[in-house]
Amino acid sequence: MKLKVGVFKFTSCSGCQVELIRMNEQLPELLNLVEFKYWAMASSKLEDGPYDLALVEGAISTPECIEEVKAIREKSRVLVALGDCAVTGGVPSIRNWMSQREAETIVYPKPGYIRSTRVYGIDEYVKVDYYLKGCPPRLENILQVFKAVILGVKPRLRQHSVCVECKLYENECLLTTYKQPCMGPVTAAGCGAICPNVGRVCEGCYGPMSDPNVASMVERLREIGLSDDEIVRKFRKYAGMSKPYREVAKL
Amino acid sequence: MKTVKIGYLTRVEGKAELDLTIDGEEVKDLKLKIYEEPRFFEALLIGRSFEEVVELTSRICGICYVTHQLSSVRAVEKVLGVEVNDRIRLLRRLIAIGGIISSHCLHLYLLALPDVLGLPDVFTADPKLLVKALRLKAVGDKLVELIGGRGVHPVTIVVGGFTYTPPKDKLMELAQSLKEAKKTAVESVPLFSADKFPRFEVDCERVALSNPEEYAINEGRVKSNKGLDISEDEFRAFIEETQVPHSTAKHSKVKGRGSYMVGPLSRVNLNFSQLSDDAREAAEASGFKFPSSNPFAANMARLLEVISLIDEALELIDAYREGPVRAPFQVKGGSAGAITEAPRGMNYHWYSIGDDGLIKAADISPPTCQNARRVEDDLREYVPTIAHLSEKEIASRCAMLIRAYDPCISCAVHSIEVKVKKL
Repeated sequence: MKLKVGVFKFTSCSGCQVELIRMNEQLPELLNLVEFKYWAMASSKLEDGPYDLALVEGAISTPECIEEVKAIREKSRVLVALGDCAVTGGVPSIRNWMSQREAETIVYPKPGYIRSTRVYGIDEYVKVDYYLKGCPPRLENILQVFKAVILGVKPRLRQHSVCVECKLYENECLLTTYKQPCMGPVTAAGCGAICPNVGRVCEGCYGPMSDPNVASMVERLREIGLSDDEIVRKFRKYAGMSKPYREVAKL
Repeated sequence: MKTVKIGYLTRVEGKAELDLTIDGEEVKDLKLKIYEEPRFFEALLIGRSFEEVVELTSRICGICYVTHQLSSVRAVEKVLGVEVNDRIRLLRRLIAIGGIISSHCLHLYLLALPDVLGLPDVFTADPKLLVKALRLKAVGDKLVELIGGRGVHPVTIVVGGFTYTPPKDKLMELAQSLKEAKKTAVESVPLFSADKFPRFEVDCERVALSNPEEYAINEGRVKSNKGLDISEDEFRAFIEETQVPHSTAKHSKVKGRGSYMVGPLSRVNLNFSQLSDDAREAAEASGFKFPSSNPFAANMARLLEVISLIDEALELIDAYREGPVRAPFQVKGGSAGAITEAPRGMNYHWYSIGDDGLIKAADISPPTCQNARRVEDDLREYVPTIAHLSEKEIASRCAMLIRAYDPCISCAVHSIEVKVKKL
């Protein structure tokens, strides 16, 4: 029996689904094990559930999204938040710190046509089984979830910080050695420390690691000369609505 | 009066549906409703640093992140007066080529090919064909990853250039795969040739960047087949945007004229002579004659670009030398706009930056917004020619026409629901 999979999208850029498609020539191999029952981007065959696995991309930002994500939950055995938008609201949640009306008026001359709410991750409304952090989550992490669900075990998703991966690549520390505002110490691993590897600081696109020391991170950023505004912007980017960041995102 | 609701029509990026009411051969009502949830990028950029613009605007689209990064970085650099060297220009062109190859192959083989094969998706297509096609797409992905540090939402593009130089030997290794991939692209010509698509000709304004030096992607003047010839700085003086009640994507038109088409067909039509020899030969074999006024020829235009851009990528890799790829600059305020060619057409970014380096205002016009009105106009001319067909067939032909534009509806993925109402 092939695993019945549904891929769904809410408020997002679709980058997480594109990352999944980046399995490229491995796709036929995956198709030996799974059947995509619903994947609007890739197929015109849209079958109603039940699904063994639902991958949900995107934040919830309209009344319609709320109803739809609840309906998907009811039809799915394992539900995965695919990427930062689904996990915590992601980049679209940056607008939560301005008034809804203001955002609408800046972009649309007639905001009355627009229906939107504050932006949340999907677990604001439904139970989530696994969280695939990242903007986008790395393909090997997505495939890790497929494997785990096929085998009926828990996926091994990294809980530690980017710093651990950075050490594995023997990078010099951008924060302590070069006094650059690297978010690595509080950011969840899984990317393979790609940014420090190519000479730039971690911007935190995987959101918070488990139990991050946010207060110490803030202190460190102040020490290297960041203003409170700059620090707030760093925490209000990919995961401002996450529990560990909410406090400091207000600062 | 007959109302037909046809389920979801898919393989298009973004959430939209088409409402269509036909009375005999007459189109009574036609609305391409784009109901993608708005993400307010122009608002959430305000108060952010000029350095974050590239990173954040990448997130407008998970398919054409490269063009959003390149338009935004060029606009910001114009404000700051940053001059970049030839090495940076070369790498930017190469990563743009990678992005276009990847996006075009995604569209051609995963989204458009099922129409040609009469299948719901490529999952059930010949696995050998699928592997070859995805291997072709993978070289585009790999090119982006080698230069950008990551495939989706690259991380090395920054104001002033790049954070690092990719090793020449890695690019040379990729050159081998590019040569293999090109064979697949050339072999695919019959799959997307003229006999596979409806014969439908429509006269409209086709707009694209054009540059005497090279096949325009990252820089050029805005030109059209109806005499438009302006610089990117004049874009807003000639192109206006309006909001319509049925869509969260704004509509564009050339002032005093009307809708226009951007994208691969506009580019190939305007700049055909700059395609590589093999691409022009493939055009000859395709049965389409360029310049073409058949919107379905956009698929072939995509394939021609893939062939031509692989040829060019090989030349660029050969010419590439490792070395410094970061220009110095000082922060100052001002405003400027820039246009690059996204896989789907011209992508306009404009920013106003304060002396403190923070964004004061942004104006972004991705290609799908520019095409939205044109798609409706095309359908208005196309539907009467197919009005005698069944509702189901009309819906599927309309979806195919919309798909030929490869809409990236809010640069996103979902579904187009086509509702046909015959009076």
